[in-house]
Amino acid sequence: MTKKLVVIGAGMASGRMLEHLFEDAPGNWDVTLFNAEPRGNYNRLMLSPVLSGEKTFAEIVTHDADWYDAHGVTCRFGERVVEIDRAAKVVVGEKGEVAYDKLVVATGSDPFMIPLPGHDLDGVIPYRDLEDTERMMRLSETPGARAVVIGGGLLGLEAAAGMAARGVDVTVVHLMGHLMERQLDEAAGYLLRRALVEKGITVRCAANSKQILGENGHVKALLLDDGTELPCDLLVMAVGIRPSVALAKSAGLAVGRGVHVDDQMVTSDPDVLALGECVEHDGAVFGLVAPLYDQAKVLAETLMGRAAAFRPKEVATKLKVTGCDLFSAGDFAEGEGREDIVFRDPARGVYKRLVLEGPRLVGAVMYGDTADGAWFHGLIKDREDVSEMRETLIFGPAFQGGAQADPMAAVAALPADAEICGCNGVCKGRIVEAVEGGAATIEDVRAVTKASGSCGTCTGLVEQVMALSLGDDFVMPTAKPVCGCTDLTHEDVRRLIKAQELKSQPAVWQELGWSTPNGCHVCRPAVNYYLLADWPLEYQDDPQSRFVNERNHANIQKDGTYSVVPRMWGGLTNARELRAIADAADKYGVPTVKVTGGQRIDLLGVRKEDLPAMWADLNRAGLVSGHAYSKGLRTVKTCVGREHCRFGTQDSTGLGVRLEKRLWGAWTPHKVKLGVSGCPRNCAEATCKDLGIVCVDSGFEIGVGGAAGMDLKEIQPLVKVATEGEAEEWSVAFVQLYREHAKYLDRPYKWIAKVGMDWVREALSDPAERAALVARFDLSQTIYQKDPWAERAEPAQARRFQPLADLTLEAAE
Amino acid sequence: MSWIDIGAVEDIPLRGARLVKTPVGCVALFRTGENEVFAASDRCPHKGGPLSEGIVHGRAVTCPLHNWVFDLETGRAQGADEGSIPTYPLRVEDGRLLIDGEAVGRRAAA
Repeated sequence: MTKKLVVIGAGMASGRMLEHLFEDAPGNWDVTLFNAEPRGNYNRLMLSPVLSGEKTFAEIVTHDADWYDAHGVTCRFGERVVEIDRAAKVVVGEKGEVAYDKLVVATGSDPFMIPLPGHDLDGVIPYRDLEDTERMMRLSETPGARAVVIGGGLLGLEAAAGMAARGVDVTVVHLMGHLMERQLDEAAGYLLRRALVEKGITVRCAANSKQILGENGHVKALLLDDGTELPCDLLVMAVGIRPSVALAKSAGLAVGRGVHVDDQMVTSDPDVLALGECVEHDGAVFGLVAPLYDQAKVLAETLMGRAAAFRPKEVATKLKVTGCDLFSAGDFAEGEGREDIVFRDPARGVYKRLVLEGPRLVGAVMYGDTADGAWFHGLIKDREDVSEMRETLIFGPAFQGGAQADPMAAVAALPADAEICGCNGVCKGRIVEAVEGGAATIEDVRAVTKASGSCGTCTGLVEQVMALSLGDDFVMPTAKPVCGCTDLTHEDVRRLIKAQELKSQPAVWQELGWSTPNGCHVCRPAVNYYLLADWPLEYQDDPQSRFVNERNHANIQKDGTYSVVPRMWGGLTNARELRAIADAADKYGVPTVKVTGGQRIDLLGVRKEDLPAMWADLNRAGLVSGHAYSKGLRTVKTCVGREHCRFGTQDSTGLGVRLEKRLWGAWTPHKVKLGVSGCPRNCAEATCKDLGIVCVDSGFEIGVGGAAGMDLKEIQPLVKVATEGEAEEWSVAFVQLYREHAKYLDRPYKWIAKVGMDWVREALSDPAERAALVARFDLSQTIYQKDPWAERAEPAQARRFQPLADLTLEAAE
Repeated sequence: MSWIDIGAVEDIPLRGARLVKTPVGCVALFRTGENEVFAASDRCPHKGGPLSEGIVHGRAVTCPLHNWVFDLETGRAQGADEGSIPTYPLRVEDGRLLIDGEAVGRRAAA
């Protein structure tokens, strides 16, 4: 006796389910298949190759008319289901009713459209079905067509790559800091971005869409939060999917985020089953195909009256973009008891990361070389004990079972033509030759052969070759690395950031082989500084990589309150400013007001919540941040100079104000303090500043490298110049030279001790070089010379200074 | 448990933190680079430093006053330092942050 089965939705899951059913129980079921799309089952995953032109639609159809015919399936394609009447056990379609014994809901999911203003314009589409795909394909027929894709996840990137392959100018806009953040860690996201950029796709991460602009009802551009307009002829939203539950809900089935099903894929009605992207099982919803196929199997078994249960498994993701080999599986977040094994080959663009928990592999992310992905995925799924092969695990199955080798023995065994430095193509024989030719240190070898001179990651290997060649004569160098995250020194990192043009934190982590996902409190502030100093236009300062004082633009005190120090240019102030400071002290109950050694006023004991309002008040009186908290220009201390003093030789106050107005806002490796004294009596104590100017009758004596902190240092003479203009030029050039070369947290005197005063003098004595330094400084100032208080007093920014929530208030009710 | 909605995940910057005032004191909410969130006491057991002002790296935070590093999952100090901070149940649902009201000393709304 055949039973009547109605299936709503001809997607990949229901197609697979029908296959199981017809295979195991042919002739038992009389099937009616509804589909809102005017066609039957096809492999939706393969729409991307269709879009990029690598496949045709015919090739991705999984079940054709013959197949439906052969199995007696009544196809109701292109017909929407209006209602499910569970009492009468009938499904009502647009063209009539069908009775069922069992019903399968496989309505899939709806693309989520962000309700941005303009989302209903013509030319704003999701990426879901063949119609959307065809729309994108048609776009490429217009020469010079432009498209914007919102969403840097799997689907969005496939859409972008597909359109780009057809010659469309594509921009991807992604809200998060790196692409595919749910499947990839930052390092792999960086490599993916690099590959997409090479394909000519523009990628904008951490970009917030604000509005879709239109013209005559058709999309014209996407407007971002920061005011950027991205012109486009088509806008694809690929930000996610939501289970399509409207029909099930109106039928009174239990529905949460998806249609609730038990382990047997049965809904709250025993005669209604469901599977695919529309279901919710044990709190989870599904978007990848592997679990859907498992559900299809279980649902078919349930229909046939056999015992089966759905158990979600770890799923793996692969991106279907030609040239981007990417694989991720399992859970790759860091955690207590979890350990990472990371392999990076920057020259080949390979990144592999395995996450172990105890003896088991729990996650894997791979980029560039994904050949072993399936093997790793198997180890994750089967929860296999991998402790025995841990040493060689990352090299994949081909390396298992071999004996462990002493690393030195392995290097000794290498033939002379084995490549040691991939960047510069230097083989072992060449290094041995250099050593035999007299090179005794890594610097010597680098100078002669260039080995380890580019990315530096082979430095250890080069040293091992040297150790083998030199025997006991070779002393492994003990340069101090930045921190535990890397073996490189600050100097190496700075050099490589410039040489390799690394312009983002993930670029540094990846290309320089960092051992942690995003650094630590020691290296991250340093790297953040190096990047913003070397790439002021390309790199964006990261507040989360800054010490609290620089993030909050105020000095944290030991009780958690802050101090506020407005700038007083050259130590000058006036009655209006003093009144504003006094009013602020009253209004915010400032317990301590102190005059500082830098000729300004410190308001101590301010609560964090009060900072933005207090800054706004001070801003209104014309006062700006004094950066008393920053690795940057602090103060320019001056004496009154010739305007008032009978000994004064020059306008020292005026020069001090001029220097402070030029230099404020710039970030430096450590704090920078200046002094300008109007005569050699030196009332401004300029001779113990990082840069001090002592005025004399004939001009200005400039010295650098003074200090009056843990060490007491007198400045060393740099140059004597005749005019204020020259004094300013030399000062700016010196600060820029320091910004470009010093190690993070080295004051100028420490840096000068390393590079030598002669080198500093020589570098600055060339007028062209000086002018170039000044130009680079001024360029950086176009970005960074902004009052941070004014920016943070804005309501949107000021919110960050308030608690996210206050549960004590509600509790009192 | 009684889950209380305290804001959106996006209110916490990536690799950053925000503060919530509760009957058991200030609680810091952390969001890692991998987009995971954790709740723990804001107060460093060493000298009372505000941990929500620290640098968040991996699944850890460094106290801004004297660089003690705490594991956000267990609350234990890492390295040579000994001590720990209480952690609180926190979960995310549809992009909203839900904290366990009972754990932070607030009785469920009747």
